[in-house]
Amino acid sequence: MLKSRHLLGIKDLQAEEIMLVLESASSFKDVLKRDIKKVPALRGRTVVNLFFEPSTRTRTSFELAAKRLSTDVVNFSAPSSSILKGETMLDTALTVEALGADIIIIRHASSGVPHMLSSHLKASVINAGDGTNEHPTQALLDAFTINEKKGGIKGLKVAIVGDILHSRVAKSNIYCLKKLGADVRLIGPATLLPGEFSALGTEIFCDMDEGLRDVDVVMMLRLQLERQGKGFFPSTMEYFSRWGLSKKRLELAKKDVIVMHPGPMNRGIEIASDVADGGNSVILEQVTNGLAVRMSVMFHLDERAGK
Amino acid sequence: MPKVLLDNKEIDRALTRIGHEIIERNKGVEDLCLVGIQRGGVHLASRLAAKIAATEGLAKPIPMGSLDISFYRDDIRLRKHAVRRTEIPFPVEGRKIVLVDDVFFTGRSIRAALDAIMDLGRPAIIQLAVLVDRGHRELPIRADYAGKNVPTSMNETVQVLLEEEGFTEDRVVLVSPGEPEAGESGREEGAGA
Amino acid sequence: MKLLITNAQVIDPFGGYEGAATILIEDGTIKSVAKNGKIKNHAGARVIDAAGMYVAPAFTDMHTHLREPGFEHKETIRTGTLAALKGGFATVCCMPNTNPVNDNPGTTEYILKKAAGEGSARVLPIGAITKGQRGEELAEMEMMLKAGCIAFSDDGRPVESPIIMRRALEYAKGLGTTIISHAEDLQLSSGGVMNEGLLSMTLGLKGSPSIAEEVMVFRDIALCGLTGGKLHIAHVSTKGSVDIIRRAKEQGIHVTAETCPHYFSITEEAVTGYNTNAKVNPPLRRPEDVEAIKDGLRDGVIDVIATDHAPHGKEEKTREFDAAPSGISGLETVLPLGLALVQGKTLSMMELIRKLTVNPAGILGIEAGGISEGREAHICIFHPEKEYEFRAGEMFSKGKNSPFDGWKLKGKTAWTILGEKVHEWA
Repeated sequence: MLKSRHLLGIKDLQAEEIMLVLESASSFKDVLKRDIKKVPALRGRTVVNLFFEPSTRTRTSFELAAKRLSTDVVNFSAPSSSILKGETMLDTALTVEALGADIIIIRHASSGVPHMLSSHLKASVINAGDGTNEHPTQALLDAFTINEKKGGIKGLKVAIVGDILHSRVAKSNIYCLKKLGADVRLIGPATLLPGEFSALGTEIFCDMDEGLRDVDVVMMLRLQLERQGKGFFPSTMEYFSRWGLSKKRLELAKKDVIVMHPGPMNRGIEIASDVADGGNSVILEQVTNGLAVRMSVMFHLDERAGK
Repeated sequence: MPKVLLDNKEIDRALTRIGHEIIERNKGVEDLCLVGIQRGGVHLASRLAAKIAATEGLAKPIPMGSLDISFYRDDIRLRKHAVRRTEIPFPVEGRKIVLVDDVFFTGRSIRAALDAIMDLGRPAIIQLAVLVDRGHRELPIRADYAGKNVPTSMNETVQVLLEEEGFTEDRVVLVSPGEPEAGESGREEGAGA
Repeated sequence: MKLLITNAQVIDPFGGYEGAATILIEDGTIKSVAKNGKIKNHAGARVIDAAGMYVAPAFTDMHTHLREPGFEHKETIRTGTLAALKGGFATVCCMPNTNPVNDNPGTTEYILKKAAGEGSARVLPIGAITKGQRGEELAEMEMMLKAGCIAFSDDGRPVESPIIMRRALEYAKGLGTTIISHAEDLQLSSGGVMNEGLLSMTLGLKGSPSIAEEVMVFRDIALCGLTGGKLHIAHVSTKGSVDIIRRAKEQGIHVTAETCPHYFSITEEAVTGYNTNAKVNPPLRRPEDVEAIKDGLRDGVIDVIATDHAPHGKEEKTREFDAAPSGISGLETVLPLGLALVQGKTLSMMELIRKLTVNPAGILGIEAGGISEGREAHICIFHPEKEYEFRAGEMFSKGKNSPFDGWKLKGKTAWTILGEKVHEWA
């Protein structure tokens, strides 16, 4: 069981807790392959997707995961309803809880919102991405995918490429992979990858060709196009030429390298189409694994901890 | 010292007898398969499969699978360890399935196991084989094959210690409250089972 | 009415006196300060036994946000001045970022009138440098001075345009008044909500680098040197700022500076867990900055300890960290946090009190008398050793936003005397 009733970030997890989620996720993946893709594990529980920031992929994944566990799921997209009426975020969350939610899955554009709300709620809180802080379930599904493909994580060379500074996916992945013993290197333009990141035990590369050498895993990040014009990089063309993952560049990595992307992809900006669709890509499997991992997380939260 | 209910010889004899009974009751081994409940039941199922194959002189052992019932329990308190794999490498449709568990207690695990099997398909029949039946049923479920019936009190614990789990010798022991348990990996059939 | 303070350990930086005395106050005026303990005409006086306590001139806060008019849900003149009194202050200088902005004599008069009616402590308004604090046109400083303002600042915002800041310093020089700089380059701080560094990155919060403060401190000092005006740097928070101010003072530039208790008591770590009560502008910095601030206080580079008392409503701080307003409700924790500097040997008791009394009064050119015969009694009596658990919720201020909530603090005000008003604190 996880030590908390919430999953707020990978930062707070121990390696054993991560492994627990990953190991059980294999069993959930088996369930997803059956004709009856559903188990009664959380029957009677109510899960609310409380999304203050629009997201179809993550919300759908959580929704389906919750349904596969036999919970009742409600989607509550806050920006379109209460927030516009001037209700505070806390009031919205308390309202959702009063409706009987046992697990509240929260996404918000501001870092720390799930942490803050969790201290006011009796329900379990799962962070589905907060600002530029963390996206813990994405890191768990990435770790699950790597573990499944490579038969282990310890000692692997993993490169994370792109806008590390603004990426919650990158941060959760750095914490997760470091805890599991991987050798993590970060690649990106210095404007999006400050040197301070080396303090997290990572190696930093501005030169992608150098950084990709002999890696087992390449994790590409989505480039937020609105960063252009704010001085972070001159143009998407220059970005692709220097930090885009092309077929030729991928040859620098190990032969059996796997290519990952949390989606949605900007084809031709951070990743070439032939790489995204190529034999090394596990991008669609990540999506499938996301379901199993999210089921595992909901299953293992300790509902009674800290109450 | 915990009281020994069955020693290694008695366990082996009990399994041999259960093997014979299974063959007899099912008039052979056609469509027969064994499904062990994680975790002790799995080892017993594979021992039974070997015994049945030997008795019938089969070239290969009868089909065998393992079942984890974590997702089907009626209490969600016991999520202490990772969920173990359910591996049933054959379609259950139309099969004669013998569920195998080590200790038969309240019947709740078996109820969960029945639901878990049903979600995999529609077997022709499901039977239940257990090594020890300790009584105290809370559901209308009975065993088709039992190694030994042991009267126990609610607060005692029955542990099945098998070589497969790292014990030096097979044993079934009765642990009274307050007594040290026989081993960390000794499967415990206590409160939640 | 007579009041006799006996067994007093007086600490008076105005007269430079530190030692025992018996003080007689009559009708709000100090009648006699007897250093030999012999005092006359005290028959019938109410007696305050100050054994074990210090008796100091009541403090002057040259950086307070009273929020009135316009933000009465955060603080009012009534609650803010009561909080000031509790904190040991007789005088608070209120910043102009109210609604409407105090950029005209009418608003100044309104504040003073309100303070005369409801205020527990003396209120001296600081007027805006520019109209609406927009940084475009100078506000009517001369008329506001006449109405009662004692200095000028666009606090809460920098004066972004260097040419406007130059004109402000020149113009204020002619009026003999001081310009208080909120030093922040908004382009560099670019929406940062905490100090920029590894911690801001790992918390996923936008960082504001130290340099955003420092380049503006440098610019304003350069403009001060150019114009010969009087410049005061508000809420100094970084090592770099301390260094720049130190060099400027060595060069004889007329610059003074203040810091606030939170900049010498806590670091950016206080933000961990997304504690919005530790969100303040400029942000809490690193340990090396805290050490430099202490050095600056010790060396006299930093003249004043001000509170930057910035109260906010509970619901405003119970928000996303990004969206929560900056500020700490600081009037009621200055004394214990300042005393920690004495305990830590950064400052002597005399130096601490000097930075809370003589220095701000001198910079602003205001009357804030010491403990001497004939002066109006502005006196703070405090226990230097009393330990207690501080509860933000129990503050007099409407703003309960303090990062020190739950801290074990040492040092507590026992009495604040302001003229004929005598307040005893629990």
